[in-house]
Amino acid sequence: MQHENWNGFKGDVWQNEINVRDFIQQNYTEYTGDDSFLSGATERTDTLMKKVEALFALERQFGGVLDIDTATVSSLTTFSPGYIDKENEIIVGMQTNRPLKRGVSPFGGIRMARQACEAYGYKLSETIEDEFRFRTTHNEGVFRAYTDEMRLARRCHVITGLPDAYGRGRIIGDYRRVALYGVDRLIEEKKKDKAAMSEKPFIAENIKISSELFKQINFLGKLKDMALMYGFDISGPAANAREAVQWTYFAYLAAIKEQNGAAMSLGRVATFLDIYMQRDIENGLLTEAGAQELFDDFVIKLRIARHLRTPEYNELFGGDPMWITEAVGGMGEDGRTLVTKSSFRILNTLYTLGSSPEPNLTVLWSKQLPAGFKKFCAKISKDTDSIQYENDDLMRPIYGDDYAIACCVSAMKLGKQMQFFGARCNLAKLLNIALNGGYDAMSNIHIGPQMEPISGDKLDFDTVMERYDIYIKWLSCLYVKTMNVIHYMHDEYCYEKVQMALHDTDVERLMAFGVAGLSVVADSLSAIKYANVKPIRNEEGYIVDYETTGDFPKYGNDDDRVDCLAQDMTHRFITELRKTETYRHAVHTLSVLTITSNVMYGKNTGATPDGRKAGEPFAPGANPMHNREENGALASLNSVAKISYDDCRDGVSNTFSITPEALGKTEDERIDNLVSILDGYFAKNAHHINVNVLNRETLMDAYENPEKYPNLTIRVSGYAVNFNKLSREQQREVISRTFHTVL
Amino acid sequence: MITGNVHSIQSLGTVDGPGVRFVVFLQGCNLRCGCCHNPDTWETVGGTQYTAQQIVDKATRYKEYFGKDGGITLSGGEPLLQAQFAYEVFSLCHENGINTCLDTSGCILNDEVQKLLAVTDRVLLDIKYTTDAQYRKYAGCSIDKPLEFIAYLNQQKISVTLRQVIIPTLTDSEENIKRLKNIANKHPVVDKIELLPFRKICQTKYDNMGLEFRFGHLSEPNANTMNKLNKIIKSEE
Repeated sequence: MQHENWNGFKGDVWQNEINVRDFIQQNYTEYTGDDSFLSGATERTDTLMKKVEALFALERQFGGVLDIDTATVSSLTTFSPGYIDKENEIIVGMQTNRPLKRGVSPFGGIRMARQACEAYGYKLSETIEDEFRFRTTHNEGVFRAYTDEMRLARRCHVITGLPDAYGRGRIIGDYRRVALYGVDRLIEEKKKDKAAMSEKPFIAENIKISSELFKQINFLGKLKDMALMYGFDISGPAANAREAVQWTYFAYLAAIKEQNGAAMSLGRVATFLDIYMQRDIENGLLTEAGAQELFDDFVIKLRIARHLRTPEYNELFGGDPMWITEAVGGMGEDGRTLVTKSSFRILNTLYTLGSSPEPNLTVLWSKQLPAGFKKFCAKISKDTDSIQYENDDLMRPIYGDDYAIACCVSAMKLGKQMQFFGARCNLAKLLNIALNGGYDAMSNIHIGPQMEPISGDKLDFDTVMERYDIYIKWLSCLYVKTMNVIHYMHDEYCYEKVQMALHDTDVERLMAFGVAGLSVVADSLSAIKYANVKPIRNEEGYIVDYETTGDFPKYGNDDDRVDCLAQDMTHRFITELRKTETYRHAVHTLSVLTITSNVMYGKNTGATPDGRKAGEPFAPGANPMHNREENGALASLNSVAKISYDDCRDGVSNTFSITPEALGKTEDERIDNLVSILDGYFAKNAHHINVNVLNRETLMDAYENPEKYPNLTIRVSGYAVNFNKLSREQQREVISRTFHTVL
Repeated sequence: MITGNVHSIQSLGTVDGPGVRFVVFLQGCNLRCGCCHNPDTWETVGGTQYTAQQIVDKATRYKEYFGKDGGITLSGGEPLLQAQFAYEVFSLCHENGINTCLDTSGCILNDEVQKLLAVTDRVLLDIKYTTDAQYRKYAGCSIDKPLEFIAYLNQQKISVTLRQVIIPTLTDSEENIKRLKNIANKHPVVDKIELLPFRKICQTKYDNMGLEFRFGHLSEPNANTMNKLNKIIKSEE
């Protein structure tokens, strides 16, 4: 079985079966030192990056979209090869034939593709329009099957952002397989799996798998063709570090050519690639500067990846994100750290190429991580506000040590698990609907079980909870059914052929539900329980506002009285969700993550008992509501840490902004203190944190003078954005968030 | 157990003692420094009553964040005015393996304070001025008191961070910094000197309380001055 390109690699389990984890475990070299070995950018990298910067500037001038090819449906081989500067690129491959030119991807929904073109002054070509007149898109499929109630829930925004008109994303192909095995071996294995299907009963679910395997094999072939167009034969394993990066990138590129998915994550490639770099360095074929260059060039490619999206999409998910999430670091099950020199190298691109929101670099934090790596991460956070942290000690026991993060906070075993993404429902709106007996005053829609609105001049906690529970049960069931429709149709009409080809055939499926407005609901219930909440009704007797008098404990102050209300809410919700069967026996999971849609959700939600006015934004993710924290930063972190990961297996997002001064007096103190904060927060079993170290004044200045800050990157909610790419409304919301300061 | 009078609690303190610290500001101060940025802690009445156990229970919730250097800091106001309570807090902290740090002006040294210092891991000693005349004029006590205090700390071998607020025209001269350094050099327990720039963001606090901010007319020191003075601190002489 031994392939010559594997010379020097140890172990044989991975040679006899598709098993990247075993290859990594047998061959990687852990690195426990500091960042002093790193190289800076080479002249070549600088020159290339300058060209890219100029293109970015041009893209901004063009209103955010530089160019659209309206006549070509984006797929693996539909565009001729594209380059930034062919002679000077080490890693090649582009989504279309020119950098930053966007392709159209109508399989999710032709209307979305059409509107996206029109929003930027283009028109989708007649040829594509014609072709899709005779094709069913995912979007059309979904709306054929939606029930009236599903449409209503969507229209009144109690469930919003569902991937029923766009690609669902959140699937991570194990792109490393292409580098390790070459495409031919992967095709061979898939053919074996397909042959084995003949032994199984040919009922619907197996016929489906068999036909999916056909599509996977077909597209693995196209993947080879695509690479050939760039002059590379990737049918066999990569022979060296440069090829390993190139092969891996081709696999990822194929995925983003094929799919305009909401989040197109990369996985966990750095330590895998390190094995090839280490081998080349030991054999005198590569220098440190050369290794850094490979990462720099790879990351440049990731930074110019683009999808074409509508303004409505941007309202939910601001900043033109791709969520090219790469998980870095973490510990192995055997106690060795998975940090390698390449973990440093990929993070170092934030210095060699400057700060940037993409790729979405995500550090898997463990108490056991080497001190040098911890400090380097903290330094990067302090300098660039570009990385996020997730609790490896919490996830490793569940997902093992070869998992990655899709989008912001969704963990999955690489190549073994996939996810059905499900946006989120609005818990705060649901509370209002419940109190009004099945009426949403914002949209004037009657929905859910119909009963009398809650009566009386003071809301009673027990009565409210009893009522809320009825509606939680109702919505949970409706939510699962709606998701089942969406993902049935997505599999049918917009199946991820390349990405699923890079998974085991016997894949485990997760169905990711979400909630928005958790802190609003926790504080509202706390107000009802501990203060006086008087409902204000309109002429028809529906509650449209509240008068809250007296003080009440607020989420974000490490006060168990209210924090347990938030904890209880997620527990109730996932417990109810689990009662309804899912499509393809997917495992129910739940996230507390809003991305930037907290602005949109707030806009669609009436006043709430916590004192929030109608239309005001929610706090993002699991964050406490802005400026309700009275006991400082750690108290706020402790509150969020109480949300149980067992209930929220799809992640609990927290975005934390602190001024440099509040972290300490000197650079070294700030780095050490940030490390202590991260160690402490994760020791509390918290799941995720975005760290911004900056002053509110900087953001206010950037709001007024965007031209002064072309590359200002900030973490918002599970991902990072270029501040200038947010809408004015989203920018204002970010500025209004709590900044922990020195008193 | 007696109760302490607490002005406020900050769960994340990184500027009052080493590492990440849980900072408790106690209510009440015996001095009336012109540069004070917490006039709301002056009165001995007001604030919230806590037992030492309650404070330590709260602090313990943050133990995971303290790392190897962090812990609790009692500040104020003047924590020495509630020495018995502070002692109980620190004793309980030690029982729970929490490092203790006391932020004080060092103007009181009685039996109770000595008992407190026996359970104090580090003192942040705020030397207001380096001359007796300035002390009497702007702080309302003699310089002898903090000097006695630091001598006692030295004798007890309790680590000290010496701090001073740099106030233009009052403490921003090179001579003053040299005198400060001199005090430090005489006491080997001083392992760090921190110069804190005078800040005027507390003006609104004074306005809201209807009090006069006596140093409101002075300017804040610029970064150059701070750098220059810090250089003197770091220099070998």
